Amino acid sequence: MDPGRWLGRALIWVVMAAFVVFFALPIVWLLLAPTKTLRQLLLDGPFTVGSFDGLLQNWMDLTSYQNGLIWTWLGNSAMYSGLALIVTLAISIPAGYALALTDFRGRRTLLATTLVVMLIPNTALVLPIFLELSAVRLVGSPLSVILPFSFFPFGVYLTYIYFSTAVSRDLLDAARIDGASELRVFTRVAMPLATPVIALVGFFSFTGNWNNYFLPFVMVPGRKAPIQVGLAELLSNVPQFNPTNAASTTIDLPALALGTLFSVAPVLIIFLFSQRFLVTGMTAGGTKE
Amino acid sequence: MGVAFVTPYTLFLLAFGALPTLYAIYLAFTKNNAFVGLDNFVRVVQDYRFMPAVGHVGLYLIVWLISLIVLVVLLALAVHGVRSRRLSTSVRFIYYIPGALAGASSVLLWLFVLDPSVSPVSGLLNLLGSDSFVNTIQIDRLPVVLAIIAFWTGAGGWIVIMYGALNNIPNEVMEAARIDGAGPIKTALFVQIPLLRKWISYMVILSLAAGTQLFVEPRVLSQASRGVVPQDYSLNQLAFLFAFKQNDFNGSAAISLLLLVVALGLSVFFVFRGGLFERD
Repeated sequence: MDPGRWLGRALIWVVMAAFVVFFALPIVWLLLAPTKTLRQLLLDGPFTVGSFDGLLQNWMDLTSYQNGLIWTWLGNSAMYSGLALIVTLAISIPAGYALALTDFRGRRTLLATTLVVMLIPNTALVLPIFLELSAVRLVGSPLSVILPFSFFPFGVYLTYIYFSTAVSRDLLDAARIDGASELRVFTRVAMPLATPVIALVGFFSFTGNWNNYFLPFVMVPGRKAPIQVGLAELLSNVPQFNPTNAASTTIDLPALALGTLFSVAPVLIIFLFSQRFLVTGMTAGGTKE
Repeated sequence: MGVAFVTPYTLFLLAFGALPTLYAIYLAFTKNNAFVGLDNFVRVVQDYRFMPAVGHVGLYLIVWLISLIVLVVLLALAVHGVRSRRLSTSVRFIYYIPGALAGASSVLLWLFVLDPSVSPVSGLLNLLGSDSFVNTIQIDRLPVVLAIIAFWTGAGGWIVIMYGALNNIPNEVMEAARIDGAGPIKTALFVQIPLLRKWISYMVILSLAAGTQLFVEPRVLSQASRGVVPQDYSLNQLAFLFAFKQNDFNGSAAISLLLLVVALGLSVFFVFRGGLFERD
């Protein structure tokens, strides 16, 4: 191989490796930081391991903050994202199915609207939805988070694409000729084939909603907040970042790092288990923020 | 019968897509329920915080989009060139995994990374002339800082998508390029990148729309930095302040509507010009 070519290839490898470090380094740090005391965090090398006692102490600090407020926040997150997941699947899967495999008036309009709304970042609608829900006095209620979370046009689009490419109309017609009702065709023929797309829609809906900050931030502050909003509140009680804060209960940096880890743990675990399908490109288009 | 299947979804589409938009339009053009024309828009645009916020968001978008296009395409090509399947899969997964930390969590993690006293890369921060957290997030450095955070969380997903698109290029095309004597660089420039164009424009349009909405990153940084990052850094923060601090829902609706028009315009353009609708 000529030297120029060799040099080029070496350069590519260096760049690729540098970005492996860039993407992985903060996460490795996040896994280590909660095992340290504040002193260790400030003075020891960033990639040293603390101790089990240190982890335990940080765990106690974090979970005793306002009598275990962190569990309340995590519980809220689970409730909001979980219920929204159920509603999302219940409304998106039938809708995507009908758009792909049935005919009705307004089908093309609904499809076009879905595509357009799907590409709008969901943050764009947060304040308008807030203004709307405050007009009907729903702000502060769990519904003000769960209902907007359940509106997931991207899920409808994914289901639509799946049914229009993976399931043939002939198959459904065969069932119809056998005398199955439309509902039966959907539940007995289409649904059993839909497992992959249900998993896909569920994945995007749950992870997206779990990580959503802006909407719950305006809708449900305080004790009703999910962990993402709670985490930011925790931040204002960290003396290193807010020395002027006179709050009686403070949180130290390692406990804050542990809180950050708590907040991402469920999604991180889902990611690890979905590793295979995440990197195959099946997620095309799925990174809508 | 199809209608019954789409009715629940259509109701949600109306309640959380159409209705809030219409209500925002109503609020933006009225004050105390009286029609006021463009008054609300004039007021928010002339607000002393508006133009700086536009500038901040614009600068951030330029830095972020350029780095996104250049690096995502480069890294996708590099990963695609890896022969070992296991290695290629692992690298893609590592690139992708920060996507799990969207929202406030990723910003919080980056607070640590940007604070020289605890940072895993404090040496690098010192080298770049920053000896404290407040120093790292100086306002003129923010576009770069915010772009790095956004790149860290979002780029992996796009790299995977581009990788998938590169895989879809038929072998014959790549083979023909090789027979014509094209090396990896020429193949990338004249074969692969042109075939990626649709995905690149998809990435740019979605990122542009999402980037104009900037909220959580400056919001959390502002909370952590004793106001070094102002509360009104981005447009969405300003819209938030109008609603929550000034009780000016009309002004807030006006800003939201301006942002929504940008997102809607980009989206409509892509759906009808970019060929997304052709599948039907």
